[in-house]
Amino acid sequence: MSTETSLLASELETALPTTLFRFATAGSVDDGKSTLVGRLLHDSKAILADQLDAVARTSADRGFGGAGATGTQAIDLALLTDGLRAEREQGITIDVAYRYFATDRRSFILADCPGHVQYTKNTVTGASTADAVVVLIDARKGVLEQTRRHLSVLQLLRVAHVIVAVNKIDLVDFSESVFREIQADVQQVARELGIGSAELGTADHIDDLLVIPVSALEGDNVVDRSERTPWYDGPALLEVLETLPAADEIDTQLESFRFPVQLVIRPQGALAPDAVAAGLDVEAYRDYRAYAGQITEGSVKVGDKVSVLTPGQAPRTTTVTGIDFAGESLQEAFAPQSVAIRLAEEFDVARGDTIAAAGTVRDSSADLYAALCWLSPKPLREGAKVLVKHGTRTVQALVRNVSGKLDLASFKLEAASSLELNDIGHAQLRLAAPLPLENYLHHRRTGAFLVIDPLDGNTLAAGLVKDHPGDHEDERYSI
Amino acid sequence: MSTFLTEETTRVTDAAVSTRLSSLDALESEAIHIIREVVAEFEKPALLFSGGKDSVVMLHLATKAFWPGKVPFPVLHVDTGHNFPEVIDFRDRTVERLGLKLVVGSVQEFIDRGELAERADGTRNPLQTVPLLDAIQQNKFDAVFGGGRRDEDKARAKERILSLRDEFGQWDPRNQRPELWNLYNGRHTVGQHVRAFPISNWTELDIWRYIERENIELPGLYYAHDREVFARDGMWRAVGEVSQPLPHEEVIIKTVRYRTVGDMSCTGAVESAAATVSDVVIEVAASTITERGATRADDRISEAAMEDRKKDGYF
Repeated sequence: MSTETSLLASELETALPTTLFRFATAGSVDDGKSTLVGRLLHDSKAILADQLDAVARTSADRGFGGAGATGTQAIDLALLTDGLRAEREQGITIDVAYRYFATDRRSFILADCPGHVQYTKNTVTGASTADAVVVLIDARKGVLEQTRRHLSVLQLLRVAHVIVAVNKIDLVDFSESVFREIQADVQQVARELGIGSAELGTADHIDDLLVIPVSALEGDNVVDRSERTPWYDGPALLEVLETLPAADEIDTQLESFRFPVQLVIRPQGALAPDAVAAGLDVEAYRDYRAYAGQITEGSVKVGDKVSVLTPGQAPRTTTVTGIDFAGESLQEAFAPQSVAIRLAEEFDVARGDTIAAAGTVRDSSADLYAALCWLSPKPLREGAKVLVKHGTRTVQALVRNVSGKLDLASFKLEAASSLELNDIGHAQLRLAAPLPLENYLHHRRTGAFLVIDPLDGNTLAAGLVKDHPGDHEDERYSI
Repeated sequence: MSTFLTEETTRVTDAAVSTRLSSLDALESEAIHIIREVVAEFEKPALLFSGGKDSVVMLHLATKAFWPGKVPFPVLHVDTGHNFPEVIDFRDRTVERLGLKLVVGSVQEFIDRGELAERADGTRNPLQTVPLLDAIQQNKFDAVFGGGRRDEDKARAKERILSLRDEFGQWDPRNQRPELWNLYNGRHTVGQHVRAFPISNWTELDIWRYIERENIELPGLYYAHDREVFARDGMWRAVGEVSQPLPHEEVIIKTVRYRTVGDMSCTGAVESAAATVSDVVIEVAASTITERGATRADDRISEAAMEDRKKDGYF
């Protein structure tokens, strides 16, 4: 990529700096979530004519909007997010669906998480990759049990930005007092959960929480600010989504370099024929050896001191001698870039090892304390054998104990010895090999893991690493 | 932890100014991460390669993921026998250039052996499932990369990046594994395999902007050219060996291009003057109709056409 066209392309990129922003929506059909998603897609012109025609035909068949309705009033926007045949037949949403739209500033990936059934599973899935989550509230109903549960899950996952859309504001006559009351209730819940209350020197909180009055059906404050809510002087929903910093913009500033090794690139004789044809120096690359992966946090420069973390071994320190990406040599790379890193020493480095900024990682541990979001109909029992996938390594593990279950309404831990589908609880696991575990509050990637069923390979739980409680080691179980 | 933070803050402040990837860089990085994960965790992956733009982008990403090494897996083409000759030619040149092994599953051979029957409407796209599954089984592929994108269709919008298929290649939309963070779970039992869709999160416009940025070669019929066509089902169909006009269908010469490249018998051309990649980017950005709606007769069969095919083991 050293041609004139690529230079021109990079200039165009600068002129049009569209960045990627991932967000999720949480709420039920009753809150008008599908309508809100449909409205965002429709008003940002992500819905093309043939899709709109199909929806208009179905809306007419079902008599939507009544006689004489025109424009978007005659279209059931919720149909735009209709997915599978089974969902249409049963009038429910089964699963997280991904939608795409773009404005001049940003490309958006929207994880549309259904709220009714399995809300924890869906919200955890959607929120795990989201830079922000939009939670819907029906203005006529205010803060419900479900709202508290959604906010609890988002706080647990430390989603950087939470936006509460108070929907159907048209159905309460655009009443300021109704909105202010709901806003106060939301802020009360947020205070109880610790959302938006920054502790000094830590990044372990949701950065901000915005409450916006909207009408998804009529379009108020969705894309443009509404004249019908003159008492609201904040931004419309899309304005917020366009300007919030994405999670990796925040992380890159705060956290230090982490790089789980995916595989070793060591072509020996087998160099790519197209690279050779393009003039690759075959001799120079005969002994090429680099470690391929995606930077999960922070940044790295050529010349940086790094530690190689291999389970069961003391960290080995060396220097970064090169950062390669498809024929380009980079001086610096940052999360979430996929690159290949060369090191000064000829260490034996393999998949599953982690390269990290030297001196910033604690010793690996075989004792794992975690919050588990249980995603499987098969319950978790103490003594169960499972697999833990952390970074690029999968190890066997024994569930030593379940120490409690989170009551999402009160955000308090209550006694439990097993976890069922959609439960969130605390557990202690003993790993067959030590892993470089880090507290999820500070490291959203190296603090996250999957629990997998060794029998059928299904994902059982999303895990968030917690700090060791320190003094209550339980030696009843050994692996 | 606070001592770590202090150390890092001093180191990072000077470095981390405007370290933000463009959306294309972010999508590219995500795709390469997924391609490498699949290669690391599976015994025998293969890449579905038709010469269509999405599979060409997939192959380009694979070359970047393993540079300066060779792409470490074969490519698999399910040949309907109704392909555009220039696309087959492009396929063969690409495979040659990258030193890849090409595995072909042939719809024609299955028809000749009487194991598949030609459909009344003549389209062969739905017939690809049987040769596809046969090739997967014969070659013991345990992971198959596809260029499927979630913006293409509402069934695809719900499919996972790593999508588990049973012994019959079936997709069970109601029983999918949750996909969390960037941790992909590709575990499977004997007989099962996984379809991997690293460019799930790309849109048609992303694909074209990437082709432009990376200067990726495509078969010529993606760009405006003069062609003998006739109108059928509201689309322009090319005149060819397997695509003949009926007596009442008038043949005319139009300047057209293809937005998707598939089976000649069901893929339509669009009228277009977009002769270069930058013209196409502008055209796609301004388009008011989806690529499948515009050019695929097979997706017009019913609202759930793609969903039904996928459940049976289609791409």
